[in-house]
Formats: sequence, structure tokens, C-alpha cells
Amino acid sequence: MAYVAMADRDHELHDPQTFITKYIWSQDHKVIAIQYSLTAIAIGLVALVLSLVMRLQLGFPHTFSLIAPGDYLQAITMHGMIMVIYLLTALFLGGFGNYLIPLMCGARDMVFPYLNMVSYWVYLLAVIVLVAGFFVPGGPTGAGWTLYPPQAVSQGTPGASWGIVCMLASLGIFIVAFTMGGLNYVCTVLQARCRGMTMMRMPLSVWGIFTATVLGLLAFPALLVSAVMMTLDATIGTSFFMPAMVSMGKAPTHAGGSPLLFQHLFWFFGHPEVYIVALPAFGIVSDLLSTHARRHIFGYRMMVWAILAIGCLSFVVWAHHMYVSGMNPYFGFFFATTTLIIAVPTALKVYNWVLTLWKGDIHLTVPMLFAIGFIFTFIHGGLTGLFLGNVTVDVPLSATYFVVAHFHMVMGVSPILVVFGAIYHWYPKITGRMLNDTLGRLHFWITFLGVYSIYLPMHYLGILGVPRRYFAYTTTDFPQSVQQLNAAITISALIVAAAQLLLLFNLFWSMRKGKDAGPNPWRATTLEWQTPDTPPKHGNWGPKLPVVYRWAYDYSVPGAAEDFIPQNVAPSATTPAGFSHGGET
Amino acid sequence: MTLTAAYAALAAGVGVWAFLVSRLRAKSWQTKGVTGAVNEGGATLLPPSQIGLIVFLGVVSSLFALFIAAYHMRMMAGMLNGDWIHSPLPRVLWVNTVVLILASVAMQWASAATLPAQREALRGRLVAGGVLAGAFLVGQLLAWREVSGTPYFSALNPAIAFFYLLTAVHGLHLVGGMVVWGRTVGRLLQAEVNPADVGLTVRLCAYYWHYLLLVWLVLFGLMLST
Repeated sequence: MAYVAMADRDHELHDPQTFITKYIWSQDHKVIAIQYSLTAIAIGLVALVLSLVMRLQLGFPHTFSLIAPGDYLQAITMHGMIMVIYLLTALFLGGFGNYLIPLMCGARDMVFPYLNMVSYWVYLLAVIVLVAGFFVPGGPTGAGWTLYPPQAVSQGTPGASWGIVCMLASLGIFIVAFTMGGLNYVCTVLQARCRGMTMMRMPLSVWGIFTATVLGLLAFPALLVSAVMMTLDATIGTSFFMPAMVSMGKAPTHAGGSPLLFQHLFWFFGHPEVYIVALPAFGIVSDLLSTHARRHIFGYRMMVWAILAIGCLSFVVWAHHMYVSGMNPYFGFFFATTTLIIAVPTALKVYNWVLTLWKGDIHLTVPMLFAIGFIFTFIHGGLTGLFLGNVTVDVPLSATYFVVAHFHMVMGVSPILVVFGAIYHWYPKITGRMLNDTLGRLHFWITFLGVYSIYLPMHYLGILGVPRRYFAYTTTDFPQSVQQLNAAITISALIVAAAQLLLLFNLFWSMRKGKDAGPNPWRATTLEWQTPDTPPKHGNWGPKLPVVYRWAYDYSVPGAAEDFIPQNVAPSATTPAGFSHGGET
Repeated sequence: MTLTAAYAALAAGVGVWAFLVSRLRAKSWQTKGVTGAVNEGGATLLPPSQIGLIVFLGVVSSLFALFIAAYHMRMMAGMLNGDWIHSPLPRVLWVNTVVLILASVAMQWASAATLPAQREALRGRLVAGGVLAGAFLVGQLLAWREVSGTPYFSALNPAIAFFYLLTAVHGLHLVGGMVVWGRTVGRLLQAEVNPADVGLTVRLCAYYWHYLLLVWLVLFGLMLST
């Protein structure tokens, strides 16, 4: 039995003793979480630098000559893929998922710790293979992050011989790593919750990560299928996706393949991927808002149902990325409808976040600032999604900067604001010390205002028809204001990127010099703040596992001595017997 | 037709959601306290490795379903532009199918041997299940060789490419199962190990064998019928 296997214990069992088993080949979910996070942030910084190189080219095309047009295509490809897969997916699920699931569920560890360890090392291998793409002949692939055939494997596209193979191999390895990790996250949530922790008592962070993992387990196979088939097209000359093409007068080497088939497979993965990133962010931001507003989350049950509804619907909206692909035009109507339907549970969540703040005892801590910032950027990105979800509006906006602005707001900036909020929120538990508050506030305001000054003008560029993925524009194509805006966006991007150094500095500086955090600095209710040690030791809970008596959001309960009641506090200890307080509407 | 399938998928999604919601109606903000049961939270009482296998088979099902969808869509495109050329399937595949069925039966039989006195029987049945699976893989390689000698054999023929791709992916999953099988046989060779000690692993191996048999029957049926 799961519970018995992870039961209370009166002696220490197989605790790691050496440096290597404790920090390198570690099977402890907390160490693996940190390994995942550091690797993801490191590769994310590479992607950030790539974006700056691109911005310098776009903003000041005659001042800098850092890259050639081919390099630009390689930079957009690697930037996009790294940010979506190797940073956000890995950080939310491998990082926060690993750290939070066992602690929030009251487990000692993941149910398959060895598999969990292997998952990280295979992920690292995927990152290494990806980076190897920079050093192979021809450099990394420049096919765009969607890797559409035929250009992805056609001569003339940068990295069409070696680079694309490195990318596809790396994605395949990543999916293996994700599957190993994902099995752990799902099984731990299902099997290793402590006594009293019913599914409907789980914090929304766990719900978000759990549902996103299920989505990933079902959707990543689509990427694997397309990666395997494209690798065969690129290497042994099959024609799954590659049509017959006469190139430079040479006879075609492929015949009859269907590029549209690739797009269907890719987006069957690609759209759930948006929610693989978004759902953990939704869950985490719910917990941040509730904790720092000292108020229960508004409509907890609806929030859970909305997460599930978004998860189910995310599998039937994929072709809204393909309105201009030449697919059956009737599909456009269907997928526009489903896209609008998925806006309903999403909007419900936004209302509930705002209503959680309503009449709350709002503490404008740094995590709270980032959480509120997320509500702004997410509404903003979501509203532009309504434009692009409708076929007739999407067609003229396709492949313009409007699309770039939309997806950066909704699945770039919004989740990363939650990541920042979560780092400021849980850093005290991970290290035992607080991050510096002043640096945190500075980091927030520069980032928040900065991203708006980057992405708001991009919408305008898109409406003017400025196409994405172009290395340079001639002055006759667009008004002078386009170039001026591009220069302004670049300056903003440089400032925002520089502001991230504040966070990096803060992370290292506070590890030694930060204020002592104590076990529960935010006075939060969830289990991870109730561990006997901070940072939690191997096994998390000492000899006795916690027992859960209540949901995760008992904040400002009338009649209670304090404004929060942890989940593991028995009812008799706090409130009169039988007392309940309403919350759901 | 495809649009109908899309609406059916939407209805299925709503159905799954409604089912999940029907299971998650607790008003957790009202109820306080904890009952005596260990897993009253709704976690199943199955062993974690069994849940792990079930989830993994869900992932593998998604993988094969997508391969089958790709097969279907590529075939439709190939029929329009004429590059999808049917080739007769090698007869050895029928033999292989029978061998895989026998492998599955042997594994099921092995999982029924749980008493200490059945140690030898378990070992024999388990070895038979693995060896038959190995024989299936050898048979698949023979089929590969036979197809490679036909005039239909060309990388440009998607029917042939899918034949190799689907059999390879299925075979790789079977090889993965045989790694676990090999470790279990290894454990059983140790003198002190009883059937009960490896009972769960053997049972899960049997499930995996049945599952891969089912996948093979679907793939074989698909290739026969198209």
C-alpha cells in the first residue's frame, strides 16, 4: 500500500551520506527539483541572450552586425524551443512539481525516487544534445520553433542537415525524461498523499501541476511521433511529411509527403503545451494570491473544475494555429468555437482571482506583486487570444508581430511572472533565508513595466502588418515609426534583461546574507510550511507524517486565534466544534 | 466525416470532464477532521507500481493512437497522389501473431503461480513467456527481411515506411518489457526468492504482454485492412 510504503518511521532509513549521493546522484525530490531548476534557468539564460541578439539586430540594424540572416533564423528557433520546452516546461514540472508535490501532499518523497533521479539526468542529456546543435556543421536548425516541413529539412534552411537532427533527437530524449518524471508526479499525487489529504483538499498548485502532467503525458507522444517521422524523412529519405520538391534544378528526393500532417501532429502537442505551462502557473498564482491576501481562494471547487475543463478542452483546439495552413475550411469554424469555449473556464479563473483579492487583507509582498502582475498580463494576453481565435480576424494578423505579442504576453511573460513570484515565495523554504525585499521590488517593477513597453508596441506593429521572423525591413516597406518602435522595444528588452541580474544576484547573495526566514514566514496554511525543519531534511517530516484536517485555504477564519490555520491543525484546536465558514458562492 | 469526428472528440472531452466533476463534488471548505481510513482521500489502494504501469500504458496508448492517426492521414493523402502502394504482408506475421498470443498465455499462466510450491512452475512459465516474445521479435525481423526483398520496397512508399515504423516501435516496447522480464527471471534464479516475492512484477509483466498483444492485433488488423 502506498501509505504503508511511505509510512511513519521511528528510525532513519537509507539517508544519503556522501556528497555525491546527497547532491549529485540524489534521489531526494528537493535536490532533483533544484537540479532541474538550475539547469532550466541556465539554458533559459542562453535563450534570453539569443533574444537580445535578435532585438539588437531589429532595433539597430545598421549599428550592430552581430548576426547574418541565417543566424537570425537559428536564434528565433532556439530561443522559442528553449523557452517553451527546456525552460518553462522543465521548470514548472521538473522544478516546482518535484519540490512541491511531495511536500504539499504530505509525502516523504516521490513514489519512484530512482526513476525521478534518472529523469533529471536524461533531461540534462536532452539539454546537452540541444546545445550540441550550436557546434555541429551548419549550426542549429533555423526552421522556426514549430519545425515545419518541408523547410525544416530542405537544403537552404540553416541547420537542415545536422542541426535539425540534434533538435529532434534532443526533443525525443526530453520526452523520455518527461515521461519518467510525469509518471512520478501523477502516481505521487494519486498514491502518496498523507492521511486526510483528499483530492479536494489539495492546494491548487498541486492540482495545476497534476493536470498539466496528465496533459503532457498524453500530448508529448504527438511530438515524439512527429519527431521520429521527420528524423526518418531527414535521414533515410522516407516521405511522411516531405512533398516532392525540385530544388536548384535537382530531381526531387521525396514524393507525396504531407506537411499538413506534421502541422496537425505538432499542434496536437503544441496547444496542450500552452496549458502544460499555464496550468501550473494558474495553480501557483492561486496559492500566492490567497496566502498574501489572507483570504480563502474564491470558488475553490470551481477552480478545480476549471482546471479540468481547460485540460480536456485543450485537446480539441489545436487547429486554431492552422487557419492559414490550407486545411479543410470547415475546421476553422469548429476550432474557433472550441477556442471560444475554452475561454469560459479561463475567464472564470480570472474572475475568481480578482474576487479572492476583493475585501482581502492584501499584503503587497514581492510574491503578491508578481501574482497581481500576472493577472494583468494574462488578461491582456488572453484578450488578444480572442482576436486570433477567430478565423476572419486571424487571417490578416497571421505571421505578424501581433501573434508574437499575443503569445509572449500569454505564455511567456505571464508564466514567467508566476515563476518569479513562486521563487520569492518558496525560496525561504528552500534555503531558510528570505530574498532581499528591495531588490525584489525593483526587479518586479522594472520587469512588469518593461514587458509592457516591449509587447504593447508589438501589437501595433502587427496591426501594421509587420511580419515576424524577418531579419530586416527596408525603409520603403513600413512607416518610419516602425523602425523607431523597434528601437524602443530593443532598449526596453535590454533593460528588462538587465533587471534579471537583480534576481540572480539576489538568489546568490541571500543564500548567505538573507534574513533568517523561520519555518513559515508568510504564515501560510499549506503543508510545506509545516515541516519540522527548514529547509526540510531527507524524508521531509521527521518520524511522523502529517495528518490533514482541513482544506488549504483557512485564512482569516472568524473566531480563530490567528489569521491562518494550517492544514494539519485539528479542528478542536482552533474553532468551536462543527463550525464552518462559507466561501463558495 | 472528419468534422463529425472532431465534434465527437469535443463531446468526449465534455464527457470526461463531467465524469471527473461528478467525482469531485466535496465541499472541502465545510468539512473538517479526518476519518480513520488510510486512503479515504480517493487514492486507489493499488500498489504504486501498478498505477505507474497503468499511467505508462496510457502514454503508450496515446503514442500508438497518434501513429495510427498519422498512418490514416498519410494514407488518405497517398491515395490522392498515388504514392501509397499496397504490398502484401508476409505470411510469417500470422505465425508471429500466434507466437505472441502464446507468449501472453504463458505470462498469464505464470502470474497464476503464486504459491511457494509453484516456484519451479513459475520459473518455467515465465521463461516460456519471455522466450516466446523473443521468438516473436525474431519472426518480425524475418518479416522485415522478406519485405525488403519485394519490388514494393522503397523508402518513398509510405505503406512500406509505416510497416517498418509501426513494427519497430511495437518491437521496441516489447524489448523494454523483456528487460523487466530478464531482471525478474534473474531474481527467481536466486535460491531464497519465493513466487510471492516477485508476484507483483510477474503480474505486471503479464499485463504488459497482454497490452502489447492487443496493440499488435490492432496494428496488424490496420495493415491488413488497408
